[in-house]
Amino acid sequence: MRIAIPVNEKDLKSGVCPSFGRAPYYLIYETNDKTSIFLDNIAAQSAGGAGIKAAQLLLDNEVKVIIAPRYGENAAKVLVDANVIVYRNIDGSAEDNIKAYENKKLDILADIHPGHHNHGK
Amino acid sequence: MKQLLIISGKGGTGKTTIAGAFIKLLQAKAYADCDVDAPNLHLISNHTVTEERKDYFGLPKAHIDINLCIECGLCEESCRFDAIHHGQRYYIDSYACEGCGVCKYVCPTGAISLREQRAGELMLYRNNAVFSTAQLEMGNGTSGMLVSEVKKQMKESAADDVGVAIIDGSPGIGCPVIASLSGVDLALIVAEPSISGINDMQRIIETARQFGTKLAVCVNKYDTNLKNTQTIEEFCKDSEIIFVGKIPYDKKAVTAINDGKSIVDIDCPAGIAVKKVFDNTIKIIGKL
Amino acid sequence: MANKKIAILSGKGGTGKTLVSVNLAAAEGNSYYVDCDVEEPNGHLFFKPKIIKKKDIFVKIPNIDNSLCSGCRECVEFCKFNALAYGRQVIVFEEVCHSCGGCMLVCPTKAISEKDKKIGVIEEGVSDEVKTISGIMNTGEVSGVPIIKELLNIIKDVEGLVFIDCPPGSACVVMESVKDADYCILVAEPTVFGAHNLAMVHRLVSLFGKKCGVVLNKCETGFNPSEDFCIKNNIEILARVPFDNDLGSLNSEGKIAVRENYKNKDLFYSLLSTVKEAVK
Repeated sequence: MRIAIPVNEKDLKSGVCPSFGRAPYYLIYETNDKTSIFLDNIAAQSAGGAGIKAAQLLLDNEVKVIIAPRYGENAAKVLVDANVIVYRNIDGSAEDNIKAYENKKLDILADIHPGHHNHGK
Repeated sequence: MKQLLIISGKGGTGKTTIAGAFIKLLQAKAYADCDVDAPNLHLISNHTVTEERKDYFGLPKAHIDINLCIECGLCEESCRFDAIHHGQRYYIDSYACEGCGVCKYVCPTGAISLREQRAGELMLYRNNAVFSTAQLEMGNGTSGMLVSEVKKQMKESAADDVGVAIIDGSPGIGCPVIASLSGVDLALIVAEPSISGINDMQRIIETARQFGTKLAVCVNKYDTNLKNTQTIEEFCKDSEIIFVGKIPYDKKAVTAINDGKSIVDIDCPAGIAVKKVFDNTIKIIGKL
Repeated sequence: MANKKIAILSGKGGTGKTLVSVNLAAAEGNSYYVDCDVEEPNGHLFFKPKIIKKKDIFVKIPNIDNSLCSGCRECVEFCKFNALAYGRQVIVFEEVCHSCGGCMLVCPTKAISEKDKKIGVIEEGVSDEVKTISGIMNTGEVSGVPIIKELLNIIKDVEGLVFIDCPPGSACVVMESVKDADYCILVAEPTVFGAHNLAMVHRLVSLFGKKCGVVLNKCETGFNPSEDFCIKNNIEILARVPFDNDLGSLNSEGKIAVRENYKNKDLFYSLLSTVKEAVK
């Protein structure tokens, strides 16, 4: 099963990026074989609707769980529709958060913000 | 890093003048001008370093290769933005073009492509403080995206120990303002005590509320209409918005600005009043 | 009198666009006042017009028929604005949509049609002899361009002088507002900010080959950077409106100077004559 975390660098020790839609990279961690890959976030360059495109990118990579500090209502619509679960991250690296998830220490992220609407117009 | 945004709804209420004063009082290590349409903060920020410039590309715009064009007119028919015209040949009005790609899709000969177009410029001044600003090429859209770039540039270049960053916003309630509101900790609305000013203040409050931003209000040039100033204070009380103070109309302020100084650099009533507004505002941020 | 469109713009906000447009329209009498500052319209606060007609302004948004949707995602891939996504079905994000109609075109199963989304309203009214037409954008919407397009459509061929009160700045909403103007009045204030933004809008109107002149507002003694700019660049100065507490008070109370007991109202009548000469 795949978990995604928005990260600042392509490193398991990287901090979690405060933005969901415009994070530079996503860590995709496969729980079955404990492998990691890093995706470039193509949504970050979007004029607008970055959260939407980012959510779509993760869905297309078969992500089922996301660990993030926040996300907007647009991304939420996409993720909810696809039954993806989003947890709030803890302070620490991406690696720390994977461990916390595996030890069932993470809370569901209920805090969805109203969106930034910073799109191309 | 906490972010304080200064906006107004109505134009000309004194955002940039007040932002300049706040930057001086705070000795701000990071600040930005998000009025990318008509930036003015650089005129009083007195930077001696040369700025770093970077081209800004908005959305790619359509381009017709006249060698492939058979003048069928399908593109002009399908364009919803009135961006395609024909005289001696078919051509794109790149100011009207929104880069949607419909013309490219309908063109039977592949004569239309979408090309990157320079829509403005980002500037960054760096010495012991970082100042991020930009200028949108006139007539352009995508001001929201450029605003986001200005903020991103400021955040990325700011030192780790920046406490509060000051952001000078733009008038209006549309896209660039909405983009500036994103992620700020507090928005200070500079209101003017006129009928227009009150009306516009209410609309910007309504807009900011939709995005859940914490708000504070101050009145500039308050002594030009004491009755309206009182109306604003009462409105804030009824709406549970923090009123952080009022600044008198001050001719010396204009002189200071025209000399490239902030109002706290000279001895004047506006400067004294803005210091109180500043103290009240910083107190709110401190509690966040 | 023939249809002549006079756009009043400034670059910088708060310089006096509405003051000038409202008073010119009131001075002319039988004329049109069009408020294109749809984000923060103010003209109606001065005219207090009797509204005779309201028109809702809509943009088109995709409507998905899930029973016809095959899940091919052509629409999601096509959209340049990320307004569509696919979870277990197509999701539309209305506020990001630019109404280009592309998704409808590319859908192979004709599962996409369009529906209307209201973004604002146009109110037509009268105030004495002046016919007022104001565009008001709903808060939370991002662009007023479709409203401005319709405003200009309404006055396209009307008889008489049309005064177009433009938004501040120089972005697409301003361009849209001045597109069809026969003449542009640039209103400037005597500050470095004002001069800087005056230069900007002057560039814009020049780019569009528009004839223009400048009204210097809030003038006082001492160096006026905006006046200096005009002189250096050979731009006609149409009028110098002095900084005047009485005018400021009237304006602040939402009153139209030429309709009140204002001592200097000749200034606006003079300006009106100058402008009428310029658009002949």
